[in-house]
Amino acid sequence: MRKYYNRIDRIAGNVATLKATNVAYEELAEIEGKAGKSFAQVIRVDGDDVSLQIFSGTRGVSTGDRVSFLGSSMRFSFSDNLLGRIFTGGGEPRDGRTALTDNLVMVGGPAVNPAVRLMPHRMIPTNIPMIDVFNTLVEGQKLPIFSIPGEPYNELLARIALQAEADVIILGGMGLKYDEYLYFKNRLEEGGAMSRSILFIHTASDPVVECLQTPDIALTVAEKFAVQGKRVLVLLTDMTSFANAMKEIAITMEQIPSNRGFPGDLYSQLAARYEKAVVFEDAGSVTIMAVTTMPGDDVTHPVPDNTGYITEGQFYVKGGVIEPFGSLSRLKQLVNGKTRDDHRAIMDGCIQLYAKCRETREKRAMGFEMSSWDHKLLKYGEAFEARIMDLSLNIPLFDALNMCWNILAESFEPRETGIRSNLTEKYWPKKA
Amino acid sequence: MSLIGKIVTIYGNMVTAEVDGAIRQNAVAYCKRSDGVRLMSEIIRIRGNRADMQVFELTRGLKAGDEVEITDELLSLELGPGLLGQIYDGLQNPLPLLARKVGRFLDPGHYLPALDRAKKWEFTPVAKVGETVRAATNLGKVPEGIFDHFLMAPFDLAGDWKIKSIKPAGSYTIEEEIAVLEKDGQTRSVNMIQRWPVRIPLGFFETRLLPTTPLVTKQRIIDTFFPIMLGGTYCIPGPFGAGKTVLQQITSRHAEIDIVIVAACGERAGEVVETLREFPHLTDPRTGKTLMERTIIICNTSSMPVAARESSVYTAVTMGEYYRQLGLNVLLLADSTSRWAQALREMSGRLEEIPGEEAFPAYLESSIARFYERGGIVKLPDGRIASLTIGGTVSPAGGNFEEPVTQGTLKVVGAFLGLSYARSYARRFPAIDPLESWSKYKGLIDPQKVAWAHSFLKKGKSIYEMMQVVGEEGTAIEDFIVYLKSELLDTVYLQQNSFDDVDAACPPPRQKKLFEMVCEVLAFPFSFPDKEAARDLFFTLTERFRTWNYTPWDTPALAQAEAKIRECLTTGAAQPKEASHA
Repeated sequence: MRKYYNRIDRIAGNVATLKATNVAYEELAEIEGKAGKSFAQVIRVDGDDVSLQIFSGTRGVSTGDRVSFLGSSMRFSFSDNLLGRIFTGGGEPRDGRTALTDNLVMVGGPAVNPAVRLMPHRMIPTNIPMIDVFNTLVEGQKLPIFSIPGEPYNELLARIALQAEADVIILGGMGLKYDEYLYFKNRLEEGGAMSRSILFIHTASDPVVECLQTPDIALTVAEKFAVQGKRVLVLLTDMTSFANAMKEIAITMEQIPSNRGFPGDLYSQLAARYEKAVVFEDAGSVTIMAVTTMPGDDVTHPVPDNTGYITEGQFYVKGGVIEPFGSLSRLKQLVNGKTRDDHRAIMDGCIQLYAKCRETREKRAMGFEMSSWDHKLLKYGEAFEARIMDLSLNIPLFDALNMCWNILAESFEPRETGIRSNLTEKYWPKKA
Repeated sequence: MSLIGKIVTIYGNMVTAEVDGAIRQNAVAYCKRSDGVRLMSEIIRIRGNRADMQVFELTRGLKAGDEVEITDELLSLELGPGLLGQIYDGLQNPLPLLARKVGRFLDPGHYLPALDRAKKWEFTPVAKVGETVRAATNLGKVPEGIFDHFLMAPFDLAGDWKIKSIKPAGSYTIEEEIAVLEKDGQTRSVNMIQRWPVRIPLGFFETRLLPTTPLVTKQRIIDTFFPIMLGGTYCIPGPFGAGKTVLQQITSRHAEIDIVIVAACGERAGEVVETLREFPHLTDPRTGKTLMERTIIICNTSSMPVAARESSVYTAVTMGEYYRQLGLNVLLLADSTSRWAQALREMSGRLEEIPGEEAFPAYLESSIARFYERGGIVKLPDGRIASLTIGGTVSPAGGNFEEPVTQGTLKVVGAFLGLSYARSYARRFPAIDPLESWSKYKGLIDPQKVAWAHSFLKKGKSIYEMMQVVGEEGTAIEDFIVYLKSELLDTVYLQQNSFDDVDAACPPPRQKKLFEMVCEVLAFPFSFPDKEAARDLFFTLTERFRTWNYTPWDTPALAQAEAKIRECLTTGAAQPKEASHA
């Protein structure tokens, strides 16, 4: 006894308005016509006027299309059957297999009560030295990767997906090029990680509204796995596409823009997604890594700027590497004291020496004379870049620390490193 | 008393209802979902028979035509013994209890009493039958932690009343009657609970006083250079990653104050979690009790509904005013006022008001001013002095201090502790920029001396900039020494290592001592053969001052450390030391 409406009054952008009664806010609707069948969500109720955001867009939608309301907000099937599957941003199967309909859960539920959160305390090894040694990823952390189009941020994400220790990996792709999607798919399949992965992929050619749903569905699924006790790693790329989609809808809805056309609630909207990162008191965890491309490499652009205030540090991927300066995992202090006693000393020492190497390079570029100390720094810098900063490495933390010691020993005397003598005595490589 | 209306429009967290009858601005209303869940809301605009409400919960599932119950009461708090050590959301829901009752998630529509109804308090009367009382006159007291929590005549009492009866000393719950008041044949029963609307300043005092007593934070750069006062106001603006929240946490730990209220307003949940998991295990050196026992956390993190974020700062400031009324010194830390301003902006947008700068509403500045003006040091009717100090962080978009929230705040605060990304990047913590920040207050140390020391920082910076152009070779040795002196002042005085047990908190006597010693160095007429020798000596000095900073007070080691520092001065020339490649 579903009620059908056959008269849409207004169509603008991705939003259609019609007269309907007894419709709940954020209720899901179905719209069917020559353009095909699509879901839609109620985004405004004004008396009898109901505004619908149509997931597949309004292209070809007729005012005579048939609309019906489904009596609940957006839901998604949650079970272990999700593992290994690929969906669109809107949650439809993309892998040609059947749709799942069992155990429907509400998408985008309420926030976690802060009183049941734990302080993040476990490291997530990724076997990438630039992360493990210098900016350790911590379970329950939310960390953006600030980058510019053209940089290998997706390669880095794929690598993290393959190498990081996590029970479930959820990839949310927003505005991806189709070949980027295929790249992720192939990498995960080749690397044998597909069976613990779930992909929600919105490609650039898909309807904009689905881009908005991608992180919500991905994070809802992640949260449910975490409640079951799983350690979930959510990888999102690219949150700037998500913010742009939000901007598009906001402008259609005639919201007053606040900064560069973005809606005033950009911070709250981004925070609502990032804050899904959590360590539960007596269950699992959700860790989020999200690519945010910076238009024009401008970190004061509203999207990276707001993101920076929300997240716990950031990685800058620039020139094909994780930039050692500016990149920061704010939670690393919580874990890197417990790994090995030389971890913090190596972390500080290597970066300080590398900073000095960069100063020396500047000096060299300006034509100053190079001292023997400068030559040592230059030698060290090259070795450090080639053997530690390379993002394609796959070595465990302790090996990476040993490698750092080796590189130091090739260029310096122990006292020149500024590292405490009790550590250099213990770890300095013995000359063969 | 309550009216029933019908929902007409729903848009985000704004709902408009049609209702017949008298509607009160800022009254509380409940939107009833068809499954029976009641969502708390507040009326924020009235036009004819239409009331616009901000809903403090997710509005998902509401329908046009659903019922709205509109009460006559303004959004109010429950005040009384038992607030200390609690963790509340922006509407004063106790979060740990909510977690036990409802589960991990903040499902909409659950409201619990803020104060424990079952707990018994040891009551001692301080007023006698027959005495005349007015609003906020002390009737009795109960011990709460280390404080006497005075129980007062109801705040909404009009005129003079007489005490008809008062309970003898004994233990009572907060709901039990402790006294009966009478006036003109009317009687009124009084228990330990007071209610007060959050948007109206709470304060029954004789006069407001000028803030003149420094609030000691044990952070040298604040207490010496940019002091804050009991009853004063200050703000901490800074770009992301500059350490605003860390500075707030350090302050909440080390400040010499009776009560700290932390309002986590639209910030990360993780930071609240740090406070709430660590404070119960940290000892307050002043009282020997845990820090949690002097702390109240109001927590409306960024993913919690935005309307409740807007009200959460008022919740926090009202509790602060309440404890000030009890005669205590209270520090309110609001992190961050920018998120609160954004909540205002979101509602303003939904109300389709004409936007001001960066789409913030035109009343932004006056709202900020009203909030900070609720702080202050006062003389209570019984002669005691009590204070409420307000410190707010500001998160300016893009780290640009020209934006409206920072500018609106600067006008109304007494001290400005501007954080700089450059200092944070250079690991100079606390990353307060010594050249941008200011304070209108007078601190622990003679302002003239402070200004003299501060002048070195200014000179040092311009010399440093000059050196960037002409190189070290082109700088005169006198200038170079001034630069080294400014660096020393920066490194050993302005910077503090919050991870070191001793250096993390520097009490006033220690600050005075260190300041004297540093000033001695600043004033010392050094003469060096060359710059290398100067650099070497200052390198040694810095090391020795650091050692002094890390050595506990009143130990023989401290005297030794001081002697080592003086050694550098008596020789006045370069010390032999191992080669360095700095």
